[in-house]
Amino acid sequence: MNIPGITAARALLLALALAFPAHAVEPAEKLANPALEARARQVSQGLRCLVCQNESIDESHADLAHDVRVLLRERITAGDTDAQATAYIVARYGEFVLLEPPMKRSTYLLWFSPVLLLAAAAAAVALAARHKSTPPAPPLDAAERQRLAQLLQESEP
Amino acid sequence: MRKLIFLVPVLAFLALATWFALALRPDHDPRELPSALLDKPAPDFVLPSLGGGEPVSLASLHGQVVVLNFFASWCVPCRVEHPILMRLAAQEKLPLFGVAYKDKPDDSRRILSQLGDPYRAIAVDADGRLGIDFGVYGVPETYVIDKSGRIRKRFVGPLAADVVERELLPLLRELNRS
Repeated sequence: MNIPGITAARALLLALALAFPAHAVEPAEKLANPALEARARQVSQGLRCLVCQNESIDESHADLAHDVRVLLRERITAGDTDAQATAYIVARYGEFVLLEPPMKRSTYLLWFSPVLLLAAAAAAVALAARHKSTPPAPPLDAAERQRLAQLLQESEP
Repeated sequence: MRKLIFLVPVLAFLALATWFALALRPDHDPRELPSALLDKPAPDFVLPSLGGGEPVSLASLHGQVVVLNFFASWCVPCRVEHPILMRLAAQEKLPLFGVAYKDKPDDSRRILSQLGDPYRAIAVDADGRLGIDFGVYGVPETYVIDKSGRIRKRFVGPLAADVVERELLPLLRELNRS
């Protein structure tokens, strides 16, 4: 039964089966209540791990991420809403822990700069197009037509 | 005026290049974060003392300017910082208090008996909760707390001699005057 093709196919199937989204939540951390656990997962996916800084605490294996995950589950078990649990972490680590920055006056520039850039680019293109379009040349008058015919005749062998 | 329009991309490039050059200067750490608790009251705590005896609490530090240093025996950069702490405690009479962050008390005691103990008192933060309350994201971190119990400064990573001279000592002098 050890045909190479089948072995490769099995390996591929195994790899596909194991390709679930990476997360670092350890079995011991999980809450017994699946609804609370799902909320904790949801909240922790939006919180930055400050050790790795480009991973959520849900994905990170850093020690601190583990501690914050456990703390978050404690808060949620104690009756915090998702917003309250998030605010608890933000109060300690600042808004940088939010992977998605909140919409407020100090972040307007961040949120709207793509739109502003697009508008500026569109304006520049429109401006350039208006200046480039030259009116079509007026038709040749009788003298010019005669000169043209003459030139064409001269160039014929 | 129209002829000068070619300067727009040039100026934009110069602005970006300046920005990048500033971000690349050697004493700049892009991962360093400002403390969310700056100028806010320090988190309250009551933790067992490493030396035994009275627990260490925020209330027990109140009324004085305090330098609170999070350290651990397993933390390599803490060893880099340690001689500076020893010198500051001896020469500058630095009001230095320690937090043994996520460390076994026996390990903390052993490292301090090997290297020397610069701290006036040490709180044992075995589960790292006080660290989270302060917003610690990597030891060592050093906080300056003023007489009214507010956090006035955070240093992330080992204290360097020039940072101590340039920032820490002037801040302590200023806070002690007021």
